[in-house]
Amino acid sequence: MSTVTTFPQTAARRSVKDLQLGESGTICCLQDPEMALKLLEMGCIPGTRVRLNSRAPLGCPITLVVGEAADYTLSLRVSEAATILLKE
Amino acid sequence: MSSSAGIKTAPAGQAASAAALETAASRLPGQGRLTRIALIGNPNSGKTSLFNQLTGLNQKVGNFPGVTVDRKTGVSQLTAQHRAEIIDLPGTYSLYPKSLDEKVITDLLYDRGSAQYPDFVVVTADASNLRRNLLLFTQLADLGLPAVLALNMMDVAEQHGISIDLEALQYELGVPVIPMNARKGIGVTALKIVIAQQLNAPTVSFYEPEPELLPMIRQIRYYFNLHNDYLALHYAHQFRQISFLSADDKAYIAELVAKYEFEPMARQAQETITRYNSINELLLNAVSVTRTEKAEPYSNRIDRVLTHRVWGYLIFMAVLFLLFQAVFAWASYPMELIDEGVAWINSLIQTNFDGPLISLLTEGVLAGLGGVLIFIPQIALLFAFIAVLEETGYMARVTFMMDRIMRKFGLNGKSVVPLISGMACAVPAIMSARTIENRKDRLITIFVTPLMSCSARIPVYTVLIGLVVPDEPVLGVFNLRGVALMGLYLLGFVSAVASAWAMKLLMRTTERSYFIMEFPVYRWPRWKNVGLTIIEKVKAFVFQAGKVILAISVILWVLASYGPGNALEQAESRARTAAVAQALTPEETESRVASQKLESSYAGRFGHLIEPAIRPLGFDWKIGISLLTSFAAREVFVGTMSTIYSVGQDANELTVQQKLAAEKDENGQPFFTVARSASLLVFYVFAMQCMSTLAATYRETKGWQWPLLQLIYMTGLAYLASLLVYQVLK
Repeated sequence: MSTVTTFPQTAARRSVKDLQLGESGTICCLQDPEMALKLLEMGCIPGTRVRLNSRAPLGCPITLVVGEAADYTLSLRVSEAATILLKE
Repeated sequence: MSSSAGIKTAPAGQAASAAALETAASRLPGQGRLTRIALIGNPNSGKTSLFNQLTGLNQKVGNFPGVTVDRKTGVSQLTAQHRAEIIDLPGTYSLYPKSLDEKVITDLLYDRGSAQYPDFVVVTADASNLRRNLLLFTQLADLGLPAVLALNMMDVAEQHGISIDLEALQYELGVPVIPMNARKGIGVTALKIVIAQQLNAPTVSFYEPEPELLPMIRQIRYYFNLHNDYLALHYAHQFRQISFLSADDKAYIAELVAKYEFEPMARQAQETITRYNSINELLLNAVSVTRTEKAEPYSNRIDRVLTHRVWGYLIFMAVLFLLFQAVFAWASYPMELIDEGVAWINSLIQTNFDGPLISLLTEGVLAGLGGVLIFIPQIALLFAFIAVLEETGYMARVTFMMDRIMRKFGLNGKSVVPLISGMACAVPAIMSARTIENRKDRLITIFVTPLMSCSARIPVYTVLIGLVVPDEPVLGVFNLRGVALMGLYLLGFVSAVASAWAMKLLMRTTERSYFIMEFPVYRWPRWKNVGLTIIEKVKAFVFQAGKVILAISVILWVLASYGPGNALEQAESRARTAAVAQALTPEETESRVASQKLESSYAGRFGHLIEPAIRPLGFDWKIGISLLTSFAAREVFVGTMSTIYSVGQDANELTVQQKLAAEKDENGQPFFTVARSASLLVFYVFAMQCMSTLAATYRETKGWQWPLLQLIYMTGLAYLASLLVYQVLK
């Protein structure tokens, strides 16, 4: 069971929320178990590259481009993005 | 996996086969039936386009039992001899439902014994985003459902440099794969031919439940006599939400789940990852990406402007203005035509026939029918707009820009459109709240939308403002009356937002609010989809809300036309005697008679009855009658006032205003003082006096709880506000 890789109990790691505009990162793990289910279904699987594409005028929500070949764009709230941790 | 374990596939082919008839007979008593096909796919995978291509105008909207989701079905002529019933399911990313809307999918697909169980499913997938779209497909395949993959948006995939080896994909997936472009109708014929054939259950499995789960799965499977392990696993995941399981069934599964220490969330996450792994593997053999350029997608470039911090909001304002203009101004021409048409039919009947039944027909039924039909232009235009905004992908951007602001008040980025539309008419506005997936956000939006001042309040506002607000310039450019009118609109808006905020604090929800959604690429709208949306919404309104409106119109007619005993006859003869004594003209006599009759009717009694209750607000029984009849539609206020004050048949707003201005109280002072008029205005801002809105809320929430709450809350708010205003200004 890979519970460990999916929901580690680490703190203070960089998350998608901390990405700069245009910066990419690789998803390491998903912190919030319930949110994780939704994110996984939407294709945010550990190991996937994501790029911060834009922020809404008021800073939240944001859009992410998910996948290597610029697969598709997701929009999500900053609080949701904070649960997606990035690899170092 | 266990798809081989004794599944009897319902044959979908030429319905004449004996097996087909046998299966059909076992599900539906009576004769054979149409092949039943469920259409399922991710949001934005072109499912709606495909449904429209397959069924055209042969669509029917019903309800899924117990939920607020429309059940869209249609009949498709597959081949010359073969027709099939197509069920359009809500868009979803997986078979694990997150929202109530998605729950109808599992309820339908888990119950093999159900009369609605599909013979097979057509899964739509966006070819340009195959990996994520196949997740749902693999789950369906593992349920052992015969399936066809409609590989949609082949053109987009091509533009992205994605080439798909269809034969390899078909081999890997174990089901027929049809390349298509549903927007243009390409591939639809091929799909029809394939689904007219007999289909077998898929032979490929993409995920096998982990061995340690098998003891639990097998027990569930044999207890419920299920055809495969994966379905049994879903029972373990979702037994609490499966509507067709009894309490005992649920208790049985709960016991097993506890006994085997089953962890649903971790297992589901694991399953999803495993599925993606097998999808990645199979895509290696079937898909190659030969993209060289790194040009930025055009959608992102458009977004630079449309979601810009300045331009974004300005453009949104412009779009809203156009929408408002359409629903407010353009719709008024056909509305007038309908109004005149109904009036013409009415007078035609009235001049040729007479009697209480004719009166019921003209003043009750036809008036009610007119009240229903008159909303059609607004509904059609509003939904044309909304359909275009959704089709193009702009709506997702509006949500994106407004979410932060609206969330503060317990609303959602998607609440913007209903609230704004509510300034034209709450009925289509409430219907447009459909686009909000989160149940709590949607209910709050529906609840507060009628507080926005709608166009039916305008006649009331005009009459009363004209009565007490002087026609003077303010600050040189504005008119005092205009400022007062704007103040009323503002009052409505502020109360809507404040009520939403209060409800956010009061309402509990177990459903978690997500904002995660796919940002669709910009596309030209498909006019066929727009047209079908309009037809669907108008039909829904006319046939569902219309019934309630018609019924209440008839009741109101009875109340206004009949009185206890022979009270009406007495009133008429009294009026005629008085008229003769005062030597009134025949016309004046008739309006005097009408006025006196209304006073003696049940509606008049009602006015007198509630007078003690509304006296603190500054209202008398005459206003009481108007409040009652306003319930048919607020603009009826003007008509009722003109009848009570016996203005005569051809009353317009100005003559009513003069009559009201001439009205004196018992001390000989003008009755409509500033305090009284302000109190009445505030009452009309807040009060729920629109049965069409209540009917729409009833339809959209599938129950009387919300409309009743709306009625009590808004009317209570109106009462308190009027009381305050009158007592302070008096």
